[in-house]
Amino acid sequence: GLGRGLGRGRGLSPRVGTILLSPGPGWSCRAVLDEGHQRTVRRVAWSPCGSYLASASFDATTCIWKKQEDGFECVTTLEGHENEVKSVAWAPSGTLLATCSRDKSVWVWEVDEEEEYECVSVLNSHTQDVKHVVWHPNQELLASASYDDTVKLYHEEEDDWVCCATLEGHESTVWSVAFDRSGERLASCSDDKTVRIWRQYKPGNDEGVVCSGTDPTWKCICNLSGYHTRTIYDVAWCHLTGALATACGDDAIRVFEESASSDPQQPTFSLAAHNSPDWAVTLHCSASVLRTSVEAEPSRKKRPRVSFSRHMSLMARAVFPVSFLE
Amino acid sequence: GPGGGAPLENANPLIYRRSGERPVTAREEDDELPDSIDDREIFDILPGGEGRAGPRADGRAGAAAQGWAVELRSAFLNPAHLIRSINDPEHPLTLEELNVVEQVRVKVNDAESTVAVEFTPTIPHCSMATLIGLSIKVKLIRSLPERFKLDVHITPGTHASEHAVNKQLADKERVAAALENSHLLEVVNQCLSARS
Repeated sequence: GLGRGLGRGRGLSPRVGTILLSPGPGWSCRAVLDEGHQRTVRRVAWSPCGSYLASASFDATTCIWKKQEDGFECVTTLEGHENEVKSVAWAPSGTLLATCSRDKSVWVWEVDEEEEYECVSVLNSHTQDVKHVVWHPNQELLASASYDDTVKLYHEEEDDWVCCATLEGHESTVWSVAFDRSGERLASCSDDKTVRIWRQYKPGNDEGVVCSGTDPTWKCICNLSGYHTRTIYDVAWCHLTGALATACGDDAIRVFEESASSDPQQPTFSLAAHNSPDWAVTLHCSASVLRTSVEAEPSRKKRPRVSFSRHMSLMARAVFPVSFLE
Repeated sequence: GPGGGAPLENANPLIYRRSGERPVTAREEDDELPDSIDDREIFDILPGGEGRAGPRADGRAGAAAQGWAVELRSAFLNPAHLIRSINDPEHPLTLEELNVVEQVRVKVNDAESTVAVEFTPTIPHCSMATLIGLSIKVKLIRSLPERFKLDVHITPGTHASEHAVNKQLADKERVAAALENSHLLEVVNQCLSARS
């Protein structure tokens, strides 16, 4: 699904806060959800079971929509953030949800069998706007990316959610993070035009990395710099092939592959071989502003360029979520 | 200005002379030749428009044929010209008259589709710096073709919080969200409106 919100563009009717379920050609629009939000819808996320859709909005709320026979119904609205909600993510278990906001906080919500949602924690660790939250693939570990240039990790300790790690190194806003399939590594992308890879080292690890107490330490083991010419808004890590994809403000999608001889402690990534006939991953990119969809094929060009539909709002140039088709 | 009766931060700003209109060259008057967009080049963009109607000199279909609705209203407005007449939020003067914007601090690269504008607040603790930067950005967003990437930042060394202000202006999500605030949008529109 896509989120769509329109700012105040010239000559545009103010249809704000609309959600369309239809990614592009070959698909048909199944539903238009325009009753839930009053401002830009920033992100949408399907629950692991597929029956629910969460939508995070600049109107400071997060709506939970339930799939019905004939459409979607808003079953609850999560309130509490003081201003724009930037992201929402479901934990793999399906019983936890996380949201984050420009109010600098990350909220963890629990949902029970009666579809009742309860906020179980408000985490105020970041010192600035929080851009994105994402859950670990198989642990109840949460990661957040922020305008304060850091990534933070959280888990539950004795019935309380706490920040257990802060990843420092980026020199500007971190826009997004992605775990690899195992969850041992995390990729972060930033306004500083770099992608950094971080690895978890548990106490007593073989590599001799010092940990304080029982919490793992995260170390930056790779810095992909010099490839991007503008802010990197999103990063995705393919759980099938291990490839990394980035969405950048210079209008290009880049795919990186880990070298076969890569050392796990100091991995090397390079831009995917463009003339490789085996490279068959198709990227589906959807712009968050209008229902623009692009398919990017591997290109022979050094810097593959993907042009997006020109139907983008003048006021809010699209921030592109990027994800691999699995 | 938005301050109402509050005392002005900079009550006695230096006022600079306005540059005159740029003389039109013979090439520019020739409708058959394309105008590139350089830092003094002139164009006036209406909603959904870009560039000049008509064929390009190299025979390729111009922007118009690519589906961009194109209207060229009057001759020659360049990014420096677009922003020079933005009103200062506090004084009945333009940013050019206050030397907040200068043509030499506007860098346009048409081929790369980039525009970079450095602006100089009148005093180092100017609390209007973000608003001024936002007005410049909005004017350019509304006027230039969508392909342009915009960088609006404070002239280095001229403001106490330049890093913080620059970071806000560079964050397009923050800019978009701020402009959904009707009050702020109104103030920006006042800065951008032509004063008689």
